[in-house]
Amino acid sequence: MSGWVGALFVRELRLAVRVGGSGVIGVLFFLAVVTVIPFGVGPDLNLLARIGPAILWIGALLATLLGLDRLFQADRDDGALDLMIMAGRPLELIVLVKCLAHWMATGLPLVFAAPVLAIFLNLDPVAIAAVTATLLAGTPALTLIGAIGASLTVTLRRGGLLMAVLVIPLAIPVLIFGVSAADAAIQDPVPFMTPFLILCALTLVSAVVGPFAAATALRFASD
Amino acid sequence: MALWDYANPTRFLRLVDIVLPWLIAACALAFAIGLYKSFFMAPEDYQQGDTVRIMFIHVPAAWLAMMCYSVMAISALGTLVWKHPLADVSAKAAAPLGAAFTFISLITGSLWGKPMWGTYWVWDARLTSVLVLFIMYLGLMALWRTMEDPIKAGKAAAVLTLVGAFNLPIIKFSVDWWNTLHQPASVIRLDGPTIHPDILIPLLVMALAFTLLFFTLHLAAMRNEIFRRRVRSMRMKAAASAHPAGATATAQPAE
Amino acid sequence: MTGPNGVGKSSLLRTLAGLVPPAEGHVRLEGGTEELTAFEHCHYFGHQDAVKPALSVIENLTFWQAFSQSVTPDGFTTGRMAPADALDGLGIGHTARLPAAYLSAGQKRRLSLARLLVTPRPIWLMDEPTSALDADSEKRLIALMNGHLLSGGLIVTATHTPLTLNKAQKLHLEPARDHPAEVPA
Repeated sequence: MSGWVGALFVRELRLAVRVGGSGVIGVLFFLAVVTVIPFGVGPDLNLLARIGPAILWIGALLATLLGLDRLFQADRDDGALDLMIMAGRPLELIVLVKCLAHWMATGLPLVFAAPVLAIFLNLDPVAIAAVTATLLAGTPALTLIGAIGASLTVTLRRGGLLMAVLVIPLAIPVLIFGVSAADAAIQDPVPFMTPFLILCALTLVSAVVGPFAAATALRFASD
Repeated sequence: MALWDYANPTRFLRLVDIVLPWLIAACALAFAIGLYKSFFMAPEDYQQGDTVRIMFIHVPAAWLAMMCYSVMAISALGTLVWKHPLADVSAKAAAPLGAAFTFISLITGSLWGKPMWGTYWVWDARLTSVLVLFIMYLGLMALWRTMEDPIKAGKAAAVLTLVGAFNLPIIKFSVDWWNTLHQPASVIRLDGPTIHPDILIPLLVMALAFTLLFFTLHLAAMRNEIFRRRVRSMRMKAAASAHPAGATATAQPAE
Repeated sequence: MTGPNGVGKSSLLRTLAGLVPPAEGHVRLEGGTEELTAFEHCHYFGHQDAVKPALSVIENLTFWQAFSQSVTPDGFTTGRMAPADALDGLGIGHTARLPAAYLSAGQKRRLSLARLLVTPRPIWLMDEPTSALDADSEKRLIALMNGHLLSGGLIVTATHTPLTLNKAQKLHLEPARDHPAEVPA
């Protein structure tokens, strides 16, 4: 029973790592976004420390979205998606496993890169720990919500931009609670755990909604 | 089920032809009464003066913006669950209307905000939620436009509409949370009992007028969409019959 | 299954494969495993190879073996074939450790065909199976198809070239006069 899940996971991970090292490119993009912000807002270290968590979160959101457009498209283009639908396995679970592998290959490197980039933004150690923790808990939700957009635009040749437009409104709650939790760790009025637990809840909810919606959309796209 | 009687587009078009003139008349009447009442009879606000009259456009438009999404969500269920053939026509017709009402409520909101808050835009929880709703409407319209096949586009949009309907309360909740975190609430509360009847009655008449306007435009847009699909299938038939395979082949029994 | 271009051969195969919902009616299989749908008994061998160039040939094949559910109802006697044996049988055993990117079009086609051997399923849906194959490989393919038929399997294939199969039934599709052929998807 579980053999095929492992096989799919290993295949997805191998593909993600071997095809252009998408995880590395995601981290490079993340670095580029974080580097460009101080040119926009000025090199004031106090200001950067204050908006640092937000910059890291927005960078992670954009890096995740840009890497997602090929999540199902590559398999659709060479016919593998048809065979997966016919394989007699629940498509929702296939989507979940693909998302998990994609997150391991692209989301997790962003989480590891965040503490390094946080130093550029003058965050203190507590804030660095808080941002990294929120990214660890929240980036899976971004991948899972993004999977909905990726499945809806799977038939479109250049669907990446449209996908981002469709997904960003849905990702707003994740962004709000991710940044709130990170901010709460720095400033005192709000406890850290309240927004952090809501963030974890959002991730769990999207682990249910994302695969179901994406599987439904993929079934419609195959005909 | 009564709705299934209108699953046939031809029968639906006949219904539209009968209902539409009456709807237009009712809508015009409601607007005449509503506009007269709200701009000539309703009293000025003792603080805001005449600017309070923006409310008679702004509040109904905001209600309609949300109602449009409900109509689309029900239509999406109709497409995916009940497989009603006109459901995706209804959803497609409702999206630009919803976007228009959302846009009206955003514009009037910021015009109202200028004398109230001193700026055209405040990142107030309500305005922000409506802005997110506006982006979602535009995203749905873009999805419909980029997909060639209307049936496939309808199904994809239905999935997105339902995910959006599920997400909208979460977005609203998180925007409210975000707002209280960053600034104290500065929203004018329009709680029912405190509104004076002189204001409430024109407001309700305007809400009725906007609702009638929505149904008028929605039915007309559905009719246009049905015509557009007929033109499309006629063109596809015309292209296919010009195909050489259509004429030359002869039947051969299976062995 | 024969017929002119655009008459709906591929669409019929994709409908049997459960990828396109039928406009009317439903697909039913007699004598299959009860709890599975008709298309879960099928292998679909279409125009696309579903070969990942970044994975090695053997990785491609072992994935599909592990991923696809094997279905062996009564009267169908084929076991699981080891991936290496399947590759050897199709004459591409020497490429097993190479990345699939180095394969020629015909070799990719044969790798895709090997997928049908490593997971036993009684029904093969094949859309122009001989395309991109040379005469030698075509002979081997026909032998494989006949072997499948002998072990109790069923093949539905669309083709333009006559295939020398045992017990073949021919279905010729014609465009109806008042419903001209539609453009293929």
